Amino acid sequence: MVISTEPAVPAMRTRRPPAPATRARRRTLRSILTGWSFILPNFLGFALLTLVPMVFGLALSFMDWSPWTDEPEWVGLENFERMFRNSTFWIALGNTVYYAVGHIPLTMAVALGLALLLNRSLAGLGFFRTAFFLPYVTSLVAVAVVWNMLFNPTSGPINQFLLALGVDDPPGWTSSTAWAMPAVIVASVWRDMGYYMVLFLAGLQTIPTELYEAAKVDGANAWQRFWNITLPGLRPTTFFVLIMCTVASFKIFDLIVVMTDGGPGRATIVLSQLIYLQGIQEGRFGFASAISLVLFVLVAGFTVLQFQLQRRREAR
Amino acid sequence: MTTTPATRGRKIAYALLLTVVCLLVLVPFVWMISSSLKHDNQVFTVPTQWVPREFVWSNYADIWTRIPMLSYLRNSAFLAITISLLQVLTGSFAAYGFAKLRFPGRDWLFLAYLATIAVPWQAYMIPQYLIMEKLGLVNTHLSIILLQAFGAFGVFLMRQYYQSIPDELIEAARIDGLNEYRIWARIMLPLSRPAIASLGLLTFVTTWNDYMGPFIYFTSNELWTVQLGLRSFVGQFDAAYAMIMTGSVISVLPVVLVFLLGQRQFIQGIATSGLKG
Repeated sequence: MVISTEPAVPAMRTRRPPAPATRARRRTLRSILTGWSFILPNFLGFALLTLVPMVFGLALSFMDWSPWTDEPEWVGLENFERMFRNSTFWIALGNTVYYAVGHIPLTMAVALGLALLLNRSLAGLGFFRTAFFLPYVTSLVAVAVVWNMLFNPTSGPINQFLLALGVDDPPGWTSSTAWAMPAVIVASVWRDMGYYMVLFLAGLQTIPTELYEAAKVDGANAWQRFWNITLPGLRPTTFFVLIMCTVASFKIFDLIVVMTDGGPGRATIVLSQLIYLQGIQEGRFGFASAISLVLFVLVAGFTVLQFQLQRRREAR
Repeated sequence: MTTTPATRGRKIAYALLLTVVCLLVLVPFVWMISSSLKHDNQVFTVPTQWVPREFVWSNYADIWTRIPMLSYLRNSAFLAITISLLQVLTGSFAAYGFAKLRFPGRDWLFLAYLATIAVPWQAYMIPQYLIMEKLGLVNTHLSIILLQAFGAFGVFLMRQYYQSIPDELIEAARIDGLNEYRIWARIMLPLSRPAIASLGLLTFVTTWNDYMGPFIYFTSNELWTVQLGLRSFVGQFDAAYAMIMTGSVISVLPVVLVFLLGQRQFIQGIATSGLKG
């Protein structure tokens, strides 16, 4: 790692006092050099490994390239045509959306619930906050492995509990095509709720307590206070959480790979995993980049849509 | 506040609810720890045994010989520490440029950083892999270090914090004749200790827990992190339930300790980087 601590500006040798215009130009040049010298160490890595690959990836999705062809060849929309004819792509797209639609509202609801539960003064709250946050610092591999055992269809504790409750035919969870995705969603909600809870808690603290007191005086019950003060007051937080949660959901990879590996069959295969399988395992760089582009458009499109909706809501 | 029986009753009900929810949240941890202290054939019993009948402490001694756990832990620690240090260093350095220096093109550059935060990594991991391959870095620790040490997130978080430090302070230092590098080292770094702690902790935990990066880049076993080691153990011995849970506990323990020690900064970091986005 190289960090230059020396000023990047050469010492100025001033023989004659320079004209004001030159001096101003020198000052600009100097400020540019100083500014860049701060940003450069980070920017070099960022440009080489984030910016360049992003642009390169965009171009790659219109090319045919694999380890066995020396030169990338421009093929126009061929990758996309192949992709739209590929049944696994559609299944992965559907599964990704399925996961997102399950994961986003559930995580947000649970996180908000936990935040509301913790947003009071009570001895020992710190302990509960830590406990609720703990799943988030647990690695996804450990999370996946533990939940796989909890979900064990024959003798896992979850199905034993369901049997005890009188459910005669409990789901097969990760071994059944219909229940594998719900199982993944439950595990992911458990892991992520603490993170968004922290964001909601911070948001709750920005709502002035006077509002609640005034509402109490006016005779508003808890439910009315939640509807008319808490939810509107949390709107900026909720918006932000929604965006973060959406981006994270569309990227889902680790949990699926370890918990179900896309199975049973293709029941839980998701886009990220397909990009990995096609691009890095099969070496179809162009084809995989085309799928990447779809994933990006999906995330970006959803984010932009949310921003539009938010703006319209604010305008009202 | 008066403690009428009604409010006291409500308080007790609330505490009870909190405890029940907390127990539910902790169930997977209880299962993990309790199973890690059992024999393989006692893990799945009907009915479920939450407390092992016999505590098999030897699992925690045996795991080191069953898989090269020590080497995995060392690799994970090396990567997590190196990446956190680099991220804090380059991130706070760049953040100073973005927050406290004025120069043409600054805002455009920052916009480029911001824009990439929203782009999912999966969207450019293929070209990134190809670049790494060209550089001959696939299957080296350096690949993951380079990949994760220069994130836009660190720059963003540090810049947020630097902006809360008043400009007058820096102006005064400039008048006193300190150059920008000194101001960064002598004034900004010491002042931003909480933000550095947040960023360092967040990066440490993320790197330690990362699965996808090492999964793609490390093929040889000597380079593997705890996450890869644990995953491969599960694949090889899928019936060694107890030992798998022992490994899970060991893989989670360091990060939980780090989190418990720096909890306040950790949560602060998430809350501030989150809310102003």
